[in-house]
Amino acid sequence: MEIKIVKQILEWNEDVSDAVKATLSEKKVCLVNVMGSPGAGKTSLITDIINRLRDTLRIGVIEGDIAGAIDADKIDKMGIPVVQLQTDGACHIEAMSIQHMLSFFDLENIDVLFVENIGNLVCPAEFNIGEDFRVAILSVPEGDDKVEKYPLMFATTDALVMNKYDMLPYFEFDDKRVEQNVLDLNGKAKVFRVSTKTGEGAAEFASWLSERIAVKIKS
Amino acid sequence: MHELAITEGIIEAAVPEAERHGAKKILEIRLKIGELSGVLPECIQEYFNIASRGTIAEGARLSVEKIPITIRCNACGYDGEIPKRKIHCPVCDSAEIKLLSGREYYVDSLEVE
Repeated sequence: MEIKIVKQILEWNEDVSDAVKATLSEKKVCLVNVMGSPGAGKTSLITDIINRLRDTLRIGVIEGDIAGAIDADKIDKMGIPVVQLQTDGACHIEAMSIQHMLSFFDLENIDVLFVENIGNLVCPAEFNIGEDFRVAILSVPEGDDKVEKYPLMFATTDALVMNKYDMLPYFEFDDKRVEQNVLDLNGKAKVFRVSTKTGEGAAEFASWLSERIAVKIKS
Repeated sequence: MHELAITEGIIEAAVPEAERHGAKKILEIRLKIGELSGVLPECIQEYFNIASRGTIAEGARLSVEKIPITIRCNACGYDGEIPKRKIHCPVCDSAEIKLLSGREYYVDSLEVE
């Protein structure tokens, strides 16, 4: 006997993602999902952004890692509310985890929550976590073929940050190819060339980010 | 790695539905997966064999039908399939498009006894 069922496999994740979105909309908190490989500079970008925007926005951070609390300790030392989410082996963050984490924040006093996803170009892209928008980071040493190899991550992002841009002279990295690949997949993505070490390009990214955040929290 | 989460999702979608129809055993679970989803059916079957133990889905075969990526272009009105590499309108090259299919991930039907 055949039974027709038509049921989304990740339906529960989508439902929870919508619930997170609704909670945050009510509190006027913007959620930003930051994704990229291990070592691409996700934490460095977030700390750089905190320094640039902390005078104008109330910021919180959810640090996702498979194990440990190294990144959360860094953020905590900056005096920013942070919660470490340990996935205990899992390759991505699910909306359910974010829903649990929200209770650790005083949402009345937060404008933007950055979620640093697990370092991975594959799995995190499959799971919505209630975010308002996504930022993907690709660093110069990783190579300029990554957009072609991991299309979903870059097809679903709102911004691509090419980090460690100061390293460009030392690597075979064609930044125009990367930009074109991203725009081919996703014509609406904004592309930024940034070095969190020298500060190059970071102000431009921060200004785009604060405009996007303002749209949400003033809505 | 997230194949385990997906496998559990498949079992949660299939088993209660089969039981509701009075099935004793699930023989086959037919999935429809969009070309834009990055999951390996072979891995899912392996996880599934473990995760389904002791349920009526134990021993079931997973079959996958891939769904192509289709769009509607807001600029020129093109409606149809596009290749995976370039998510643009193949006619006018506009990026102002609406994705109609390609991100699906669902259990379509079951074969039970």
